[in-house]
Amino acid sequence: MGSYIPSNETQRQEMLDAIGLAKVDELYSQVPSDLILSGGPNIPEGKSELSVSRLMSKMAEENVVFPSVFRGAGAYRHYIPSIVNAIVSKETFVTAYTPYQAEISQGILQSIFEYQTMICQLTGMETANASVYDGATAAAEAVAMCRDRKRTKALVSAAAHPDVIETIKTYCWASDAEVELIPVKDGVTDLAALESMLDAGTACVYIQQPNYYGLLEDGEKAGETAHGQGAKYVMGVNPIAAAILKTPAECGADIAVGEGQPLGMPLSFGGPYLGFMAANKAMTRKLPGRIVGETKDSNGERAFVLTLQAREQHIRREKASSNICSNQALCAMTAAVYMAAMGPDGMKEAAAQSMSKAHYLASCLGKIKGFELMYKGEYFHEFVTGCPCDSDELLKHLASKGILGGLPVSDGILWCTTEMNTKEEMDYLISLVKEVCG
Amino acid sequence: MDLLFEKSIRGRSCSLLPKCDVEAATLSKDHMRQKELPLPQLSENDLSRHYSALERRTHGVNNGFYPLGSCTMKYNPKINEAIAALPGFTQIHPLQPDDTVQGSLKVLHLAEKYLCEITGMGAMTFQPAAGAHGELTGVMLIKKYHEVRKDVGRKKIIVPDSAHGTNPATAVMAGMTVVNIPSGSDGCVDIEKLKEAVGEDTAGLMLTNPNTLGIFEKDILEITKIVHDVGGLVYYDGANLNAIMGVVRPGDMGFDCVHLNLHKTFSTPHGGGGPGSGAVGCKDFLTPYLPKPHIGVCDGRYEQQYDCPQSIGKVKAFNGNFLVTLRALTYIITLGSEGIADAAKNAVLNANYLMKRLGECYCIANEGICMHEFVMTLEKEAKEKGVTAMDIAKALLDKGIHPPTMYFPLIVHEALMVEPTETEGKEVLDEAAEAFLSIYRQAMEEPEWIHHRPTHTPIGRPDEVAAARHPVLHY
Repeated sequence: MGSYIPSNETQRQEMLDAIGLAKVDELYSQVPSDLILSGGPNIPEGKSELSVSRLMSKMAEENVVFPSVFRGAGAYRHYIPSIVNAIVSKETFVTAYTPYQAEISQGILQSIFEYQTMICQLTGMETANASVYDGATAAAEAVAMCRDRKRTKALVSAAAHPDVIETIKTYCWASDAEVELIPVKDGVTDLAALESMLDAGTACVYIQQPNYYGLLEDGEKAGETAHGQGAKYVMGVNPIAAAILKTPAECGADIAVGEGQPLGMPLSFGGPYLGFMAANKAMTRKLPGRIVGETKDSNGERAFVLTLQAREQHIRREKASSNICSNQALCAMTAAVYMAAMGPDGMKEAAAQSMSKAHYLASCLGKIKGFELMYKGEYFHEFVTGCPCDSDELLKHLASKGILGGLPVSDGILWCTTEMNTKEEMDYLISLVKEVCG
Repeated sequence: MDLLFEKSIRGRSCSLLPKCDVEAATLSKDHMRQKELPLPQLSENDLSRHYSALERRTHGVNNGFYPLGSCTMKYNPKINEAIAALPGFTQIHPLQPDDTVQGSLKVLHLAEKYLCEITGMGAMTFQPAAGAHGELTGVMLIKKYHEVRKDVGRKKIIVPDSAHGTNPATAVMAGMTVVNIPSGSDGCVDIEKLKEAVGEDTAGLMLTNPNTLGIFEKDILEITKIVHDVGGLVYYDGANLNAIMGVVRPGDMGFDCVHLNLHKTFSTPHGGGGPGSGAVGCKDFLTPYLPKPHIGVCDGRYEQQYDCPQSIGKVKAFNGNFLVTLRALTYIITLGSEGIADAAKNAVLNANYLMKRLGECYCIANEGICMHEFVMTLEKEAKEKGVTAMDIAKALLDKGIHPPTMYFPLIVHEALMVEPTETEGKEVLDEAAEAFLSIYRQAMEEPEWIHHRPTHTPIGRPDEVAAARHPVLHY
C-alpha cells in the first residue's frame, strides 16, 4: 500500500512509550468499541505510485479530448500563456493555507491584493473580494448582499446561464427569499417586462452580459430601470468580453460578478473555476469572504493583511455576511498572472479575436439553409443558429472528426469561438455541416 | 516589495497571440468600454521574477512544520498533482456528451463509492466547492427533508459553543435560527443542555466529532438519539475526520449527513486559501434531495442523471471542483483500506506525543487522550506575565514553524490549537517541541522579548486595526 507516514516502527514505539500506552489502538479508548471498524473501510487495498499512475492515466484516456472546440455556454477554451502554469504550480503557492499569519504570507496576500486591483480595473468597480467558488455562487452571494428587511425579492434575467439561475434559486429557497425570472424577448432580457415586475419589495435585478445566447444586453438601461424602483443592480459579466465592453461601473452596476475561468483556467470538466465579485464603495462591507487590505508593519513598511474581518463567520458567527471560508485563491492568482501576462492589449486582442471569429463563423453558417442566426441583436463570441437537421446526428458527425460542436439549446445550436479557433478549422467545420445538413 | 503596477512600463508586453485570420468585427459605440483598460504592462521575465519573489515571502507545507489546528495541513502528494495535470482531465469541457467523459464520470463515481464506505453514507455529491459550501448543502438537505414531510415548524439548528464559526453562519444562510448550547466542563456536549434545547422546532444538530478541543464525544450515540427522538437530523462537520477515517464512521454514530473537506483530510493542497472541495454525503433517505445531477451507472456506462424532482437544485455550476475530487480519489486509491486507517491512527499518535512533550510547560486545555489535535491555553501566562497566545505564535514564526490556530475554539481563553498530522516524523515533532518549549521558557524570563517577535520574517507585525479603519483594498 501507499503511505505518507515517515515515522518507522521504532519511532512509533518510542512515542507510545512516552505517552504511556502499549498499542496504537488504545488511543481510541473513548470510541464505543462496537463502532470500531476492525478491518478498516470496505475499499480496495492500497497501491504503489506507479500502479496508481497507470490506473488514473487509463481513466484520463477514457475521456475524449477534442482538438477543436466550438462549445462555450459558461466554460471557455482560451489560450493559456505558458508563464501561468509555471507560476501557479510553484509548490509553496500550491500548499499554503489561507494567509492568517501575515508575516509569513505576504506573497499570497500581495498576489490577492493585485488580483483585487485587476478585477477593479476590468470591471471599473471600486472594491473586489479575494474570490468565491464560481460565477454561479458569486451571483447567488451578490443577490444575498442586496436583500434587507423590506426588499427580499430577486428578479433574474431568464437569459442568464441556466446553472446560475438554478444556483440563485437554490440559495434563495434556502433563505426563504423569492426569485422571479424576467422573460426574454428576441433573445435578450425584456426590459419592458422588467419595468412592470419591479416593486418596493424588489431587492435586486440580475442581468448577464453577454447573455447565455451570446447577445449583448442593454446593460445601462437595465440598470436605470432597476434603480428607478430603488432596487440594486447586479451584472454578471464575461471577463474577456469585459476588456472591450462597457464596464459594469459604466452601466451603473452596484455589484459585478462573473465566472473567472476564461482568465487562464483550463476547462477541467467544470472546476476548479473562479467566482469574482466587485462592488461599489457603498456595498463593500457587505461583500462575502476574504478581502486583503494594505497597511504598515511595525517597522513602517508596506504590508498586506486579511481585513474587514468583522463581516466574516469566524468573528461574527450567525451574524456574518456569508459562511464562506475557503475560496479559490490559487485560481485568483491564476487570473492575476493571466491578466498581467496578457496586459491591456492582449486582453483586448483576445476579446476582439473571439468576437471576430464568431462573426466569421456565423456568416459562413448563415449561408447554409436553416443555419441562419436565431436573433438579430449584437453578439460577442457566442450565437444561436437554427439547425434544420437532427442536431444529435450533426454533433456526432463533428465529434467523429475531432470537433466538439455547439451546444444544442431549445430551438437551435449555441456556438462559441475564441482566439483558439483558426479560420482553417472553421472552414473545415462548415464543410462538415454542409455534408450532414447541406 | 513593489507591486505589479509599480513595475509596469508602457508598451511592454508578452507576445502571445497571432494576428487575427478573419475580418475584424465591430461593436456599436453604445456597447464599447469608455475608459481605458489600465492593466499592468510587463514582460514574461518581469512576471517570473515578481512571483518568485512572492513565493519567497510565503510559507507552504513544503517549507516547514504547519501544525495549524482544524486545518489538517498534511503533506500534499505529488502524484495527485501529476494526475490532475493530465490533458485527459484538464481539457474536458463540462458540457461534453456523457459518452465522451466516461473517465471523469468514473472518477466521480469511484470517489462517491469509496467516501461513502469511509463515512457510512449512502450517496455523495461533489458539487460543493469548500467545507462551508458543503455545510450549506448539508443543512439544505435537512431543510428539504422537513419541507417534504410538511413539518414546517422546524427552524432551529443546534450548535455547540465549541463549533466552527461556519456552523452558525451556515444555519442562518439556510433560513434557520441558531441555538447555541454550552459545552460541559470536559469540553464535550452537555447532554442535559442538549435535552433542554431540543424539541418540536428542532431541525437538526451540527456537530464535529472529534470536537474542536480534539476530544471524541464518547456519548455520541446518545447525542444522535436525543436529536432523532424529537424528529431532528444530525449533521456531521467533517473538518476533523482525519482523526477517525477508516477507524469509525459518522454514519454508524448516527449522523444523517456529512461534509468532508477533501483539501484537509484527503490530502489535496489548499492553494493559499482554495480551491477546496466540500463533498456532501447522506444516508439513503436524504439521497433524493442531493444537488443534481447525480452520477449513475446504467448498463456499465456512467451517466449524469438530471431526473431528480426532489433535488434541492444546484449549489454551483457543473460538477464542483472536479480536479480536487480527482486528487482526493488518487490519494484514497494510493492508501487503500489499511492506509486510510493507518493515516488516522498516526495522526492521533503524533498529536498525543506532541501534547505530552508540550505539556511539560504549556497548560493543556483538557486532560486525557486527545484525537488528531489538542488545545493549549495561555490564560494564566497572559494574566500573570502578559504573554499571550498571539505572542507564542509570533515567536514561532522566527523558528520557521507555522503557528497553531489562535484563539479558537472560543470556549478556551488564549487558545492555541495544535494539529501535527500523520505526515510528520518523530524527529520533526521533537524539533518543534524544543522550539515551543524554549520560546515558553524565554518568554517567562523576559516577557518583553516576546512582544517584539517576529524579527526574521519578511515583515514585522502588521497594523491590522489601521487596515480595517482606513481600508486600502486596491492599488
